[in-house]
Amino acid sequence: MITETISFASVNVGDKLPGKEVPITSALIVGGALASRDFTSVHHDKKVAQANGLPDVFMNILTSNGLMGSYVTNWTGPDATVKKIALKLGAPNLPGFVMTLVGEIKAKDDSTGIVDIEVIGENNVWGMHMAGTVQVQLPQ
Amino acid sequence: MTPEETKAFEEKIHAFVGRENGPPKRGNDDVNEAMIRHWAEVMGDELGTYTDAEYAAGTGKGGLIAPPAMLQAWSMEGYPMAENPAQDIQRQLHNVFDAHGFTGVLGTNTSTEFFRDLKPGDQVTAHCIIDTISEQKATGRGIGYFIETLTTYTDQNGEEVGKQVFRVLKFIPADSNDAADSSTEDDSPSVPTRITSPRGHDNSWWWKACDEGKILIQRCTSCQTLRHPPRPMCGECQSIEWDSIESTLDGEVYSFTTLHYPKIPGYQYPNTVGVIQLSEGTRLVANIVDIDYETIKIGMKVKGSVEQVDEKTMLPVFRPE
Ligand SMILES: [Zn+2]
Repeated sequence: MITETISFASVNVGDKLPGKEVPITSALIVGGALASRDFTSVHHDKKVAQANGLPDVFMNILTSNGLMGSYVTNWTGPDATVKKIALKLGAPNLPGFVMTLVGEIKAKDDSTGIVDIEVIGENNVWGMHMAGTVQVQLPQ
Repeated sequence: MTPEETKAFEEKIHAFVGRENGPPKRGNDDVNEAMIRHWAEVMGDELGTYTDAEYAAGTGKGGLIAPPAMLQAWSMEGYPMAENPAQDIQRQLHNVFDAHGFTGVLGTNTSTEFFRDLKPGDQVTAHCIIDTISEQKATGRGIGYFIETLTTYTDQNGEEVGKQVFRVLKFIPADSNDAADSSTEDDSPSVPTRITSPRGHDNSWWWKACDEGKILIQRCTSCQTLRHPPRPMCGECQSIEWDSIESTLDGEVYSFTTLHYPKIPGYQYPNTVGVIQLSEGTRLVANIVDIDYETIKIGMKVKGSVEQVDEKTMLPVFRPE
């Protein structure tokens, strides 16, 4: 369990978060869709996904959002507060792909203790899956 | 669609802007430990503040909280989505798009602000409106419109706990045969190819010649002025009579840029795109290849050839002479 929280004072613009590889599996796609209560067929039924132009089931947006959130809060630790997650979606994540997450601190606001972390998730087959910014308030 | 049909269609879809998607929707489940734990398991959330009540009580959070990214999940419709989804206003809007050929749908952006952490027992209600519909756009997926919904989430006291902007593209699928091909022959994801050239009445002849390995330049038959890209009328004498000549693909670099990011599937990176001043006098946009982009100079002499750059695409590429 992660118990340390990163302090606002200890981070600087330009700092990078450790990269993380996320193997994309059918289990992750279907599990993420169900955990987010998203029963849209393209996220659990391969035939429907194929009728919609993709070779297999693909990750739903709430899971992408959740993975971006967990990537950041696993790094910040428990006493940080997420203020905003904004992401732009690119290529779909399909079973068999590996998505690599990287993050970098782009801004620090001394008055609020909020840092802006740019997060990019790129898969090894089709490239950029998501790119966005997570704003998180860190303790001083 | 004719311009009149497009106008009538746009009037229909714009009538949805500003409308509430339906009555405010209270989540079927209040924020609860079990659903949080299921989420944390899948997403790889490792914080005890999400899953370990005893530990969480001793942190700055004072007890369990839900992962913020779960906000939207609390008021999702759930299983009926699979079989018999609610016919809310958003669905009715999508039906209007579908009826006019805009059958494709793709989530493109989501942006969520969180005003406080949610704790077990909180009750989330979603208030969703159709906020904006864009002008018609030509996208890599096809012609379409971006629809933005704005959802405000409130708690049991009517206080706002978050706000989400969600953007989808409703589009006319550009090449619906691709899917059938890849699904019947082979289950593995196909290697992505480049974005298909947009071929219309005024330029498909140019692309057809490119497919056959020739780069043509349009020529006005009244005043002999060359022009590119292809268009119906001569800019010099307004004649609409034209023929074409074949370029020798001798040229020099007029301008160039190198793209590193975002990496669009089907393209090689770094991706150097040049504006080539052809010896005939017109300019052509094409990749400059087989050279370290840092050594490219404006005015550098280049020679082009038409090559197969992927399974489906012929394009001119230029190399330093
Ligand atoms: Zn002319």
